[in-house]
Amino acid sequence: MRAANYARWAAGAMAVALATTACGGGADAGEGGAVLSSSWTDPQNPLEPANTNEVQGGKVLSMIFRGLKQYDPKTGEAKNMVAERIETSDSRHYTVTLKDGWTFSDGEKVTAKSFVDAWNYGASLENNQKNAYFFSYIEGYDQVHPEQGKQRAKTMSGLKVVDERTFTVTLSQKFSGFPDTLGYNAFVPLPRAFYEDHAGWLARPVGNGPYTVQDYTRGSEMRLVRWDAYAGPDAARNDGVTLKVYTDNNTAYTDLMAGNLDLVDDVPAQQLKNVRADLDGRYLNTPAGIIQTLSFPHYDKRWTGPGADKVRKGLSRAIDREQITRTIFQGTRTPATDWTSPVLGAEGGYKAGLCGQWCEYDAAAARKLIEEGGGLPGGQVRITYNADTGSHKLWVDAVCNSINNALGDDKACVGNPIGTFADFRSKSTTQKLAGPFRAGWQMDYPLPQNFLQPLYYTNASSNDGKWSSKEFDRLVDRANAETDPAAAVKLFQQAEEVVRDEMAAIPLWYQNGSAGWSARLSDVTLNPFSVPVYEQIKVG
Amino acid sequence: MGRYVVRRLVQMVPVFIGSTLLIFLMVNVMGDPVAGLCGDRQCDPATAARLRQEFGLDQPVWRQYLTYMGNVFTGDFGTAFNGQEVTELMSTAFPVTLRLTVVAVCFEILIGVTLGVLTGLRRGRPVDTGVLLLTLVVISVPTFVTGLLLQLWLGVEWGWIRPSVSPAAPFGELLLPGLVLASVSLAYVTRLTRTSIAENRRSDYVRTAVAKGLPRRRVVTRHLLRNSLIPVVTFVGADIGFLMGGAIVTERIFNIHGVGYQLYQGIVRQNTQTVVGFVTVLVLVFLLCNLVVDLLYAVLDPRIRYA
Repeated sequence: MRAANYARWAAGAMAVALATTACGGGADAGEGGAVLSSSWTDPQNPLEPANTNEVQGGKVLSMIFRGLKQYDPKTGEAKNMVAERIETSDSRHYTVTLKDGWTFSDGEKVTAKSFVDAWNYGASLENNQKNAYFFSYIEGYDQVHPEQGKQRAKTMSGLKVVDERTFTVTLSQKFSGFPDTLGYNAFVPLPRAFYEDHAGWLARPVGNGPYTVQDYTRGSEMRLVRWDAYAGPDAARNDGVTLKVYTDNNTAYTDLMAGNLDLVDDVPAQQLKNVRADLDGRYLNTPAGIIQTLSFPHYDKRWTGPGADKVRKGLSRAIDREQITRTIFQGTRTPATDWTSPVLGAEGGYKAGLCGQWCEYDAAAARKLIEEGGGLPGGQVRITYNADTGSHKLWVDAVCNSINNALGDDKACVGNPIGTFADFRSKSTTQKLAGPFRAGWQMDYPLPQNFLQPLYYTNASSNDGKWSSKEFDRLVDRANAETDPAAAVKLFQQAEEVVRDEMAAIPLWYQNGSAGWSARLSDVTLNPFSVPVYEQIKVG
Repeated sequence: MGRYVVRRLVQMVPVFIGSTLLIFLMVNVMGDPVAGLCGDRQCDPATAARLRQEFGLDQPVWRQYLTYMGNVFTGDFGTAFNGQEVTELMSTAFPVTLRLTVVAVCFEILIGVTLGVLTGLRRGRPVDTGVLLLTLVVISVPTFVTGLLLQLWLGVEWGWIRPSVSPAAPFGELLLPGLVLASVSLAYVTRLTRTSIAENRRSDYVRTAVAKGLPRRRVVTRHLLRNSLIPVVTFVGADIGFLMGGAIVTERIFNIHGVGYQLYQGIVRQNTQTVVGFVTVLVLVFLLCNLVVDLLYAVLDPRIRYA
């Protein structure tokens, strides 16, 4: 029976094959003492502070850099970090004094010049930095970054180095919240090495934060180790973090279950049902500074005419937020009742229930409102979304279902998927959409200004629906000029009421951040940006 | 033979140019990639204009294509949006996928041909029916189901293997992903071999060989199998290209940073340079595999000659 021999041989080969793979398994997570491994996605842009606008790159920057301010991981409050004090008498001229004793991990001192040079680099048009507009409040920005034509100056006139530990900032308009924005990654200081050996720096970034980069294999892994000479109060409580790039967050979750990974900071939607049982309490689900809305094409006549605001309000009342967040998102999102986020806190500008009845589900009221407003434009709404990431299809279909049920019309609402995010963005930013479209906003810094101005101010950077209101603009300008934080918050809320009365965009829900971790870890928390507070995690 | 090879190589030039042009146009139709680079916020117009200029997106498509082809011939495949050279991406991605493909093709040939010979010689017997059923199941179950299930059982439940492949992706860790990737083709190879063997078993030369009193083993391997392998070789040759380009699903499941992963990222981020670069190389792989298959015919069947 020769054939039987062949079969036996083949079976034997399979067994050997599987045994060899088994050798690769085992406790990789345990190597190197108190080093933890965490899931990561390849950053979209080169890792420069002013060029990083997504969470994955920002994650690294927040580990290897400290700026003038740092947002408290619990409250989101901007606290002085490298800055000793930031003073102003008129909300326009600021004097920044640095603490003594801060250095970069290559030994260079952190001075006023480290900040001024970095900000000038970030603002300069020639350097193609995607976050350049963060510096647009500073006087002279229009010279280094004109909207058209060549740049006319190398540096911004509003930045002056006074001495090693002091520099002054002059803004082109009053902005009382300016110091609170300085915790954002774009404002961190940069060492000389960044300019002198740019490619070398990108291959192995050097900063002044609690961790240093040990090695970085692009697209697969970054190993960060604790920096023992770190000057700040928030030194790392573990020996290091290894960020591993995953092609799919499901695989990362599987690896966590198999014990090959310590921390997953994005639990896949499909696993939400089992995650509590799977991880036995080692799971976290807390609000993040992210709100999801439905935006409208206010450039389209059919959506701006008289009564159109009633149609928009009617649609808002036709969406059963409670049910969708419970069934589709397994409670990882919270129905929105204003246009900011709960992470701001009541004092910081969040006002629960500001939307009032307009965000409460009521089918009869919805039908009535839409009728009064002259019906749906064209008899149907098409909600546009990108189908490639973020499982948007799920909730868009649910929202449409809810609207169809409320209106008693199977065809009142349909989803309109677009293949890629880039294509979706290029259509929404060039005003080529005919109906409502999904809009998401992740805050850059915990201020109500950040939730309102970029999205609803006339011609603002993310006002893709081109909504415009003189009243809103006036209130935002006044709020920015206000030196008393409580008064500023009040004005922002008045501006938000304008957004509500016109229903410029329908608030849907606030997004939560999630994380799951292995039994080796303790003290895992997420900051208001839904990024793990790595330096506080204890291993073992 | 030499002239035949040269002629075939020359024929590749128009195919190569045509296919890259098609890919180039297809990716360009998807719209403006710069719009997606700034996330949920519009790039400011000045920066967007500079980025377009940097990536050559402000030029008409035909000029973009000419510039691109000109650069390709000097070995410059452009830069991905994250600042990495596409050649650098290739040098990390292709070796990994190549190893995965080698593993898959080995499984395909070893298991597929063995099972095919076994069943072809025993048509209608329980072994034959069993294998036929098994291959039917393998063909009808999608790869991602097999992949995810095997990953869950072997990786999480039983802990035999690591569920994900490490960045270095050594051969040992690629065995299971390779098997998953090969599974469907493997079933086809089994069925092709089986049919071919069963057909040729009744041919004159096999009867002659048996009549000469040759040992059964020699009849099967030298006479029967060699002649039956021609359709199988054609299939496997074409499959190499498919496996390399179509590894997206398998690579995603097992976290392999290979060609499929880079292509996926390139498409999602609408990165023309990455997509066209990788597809260009894949087209070359396809063409070369086809040439090798054609040349192998002559080795298998000496009656086939090339002019």
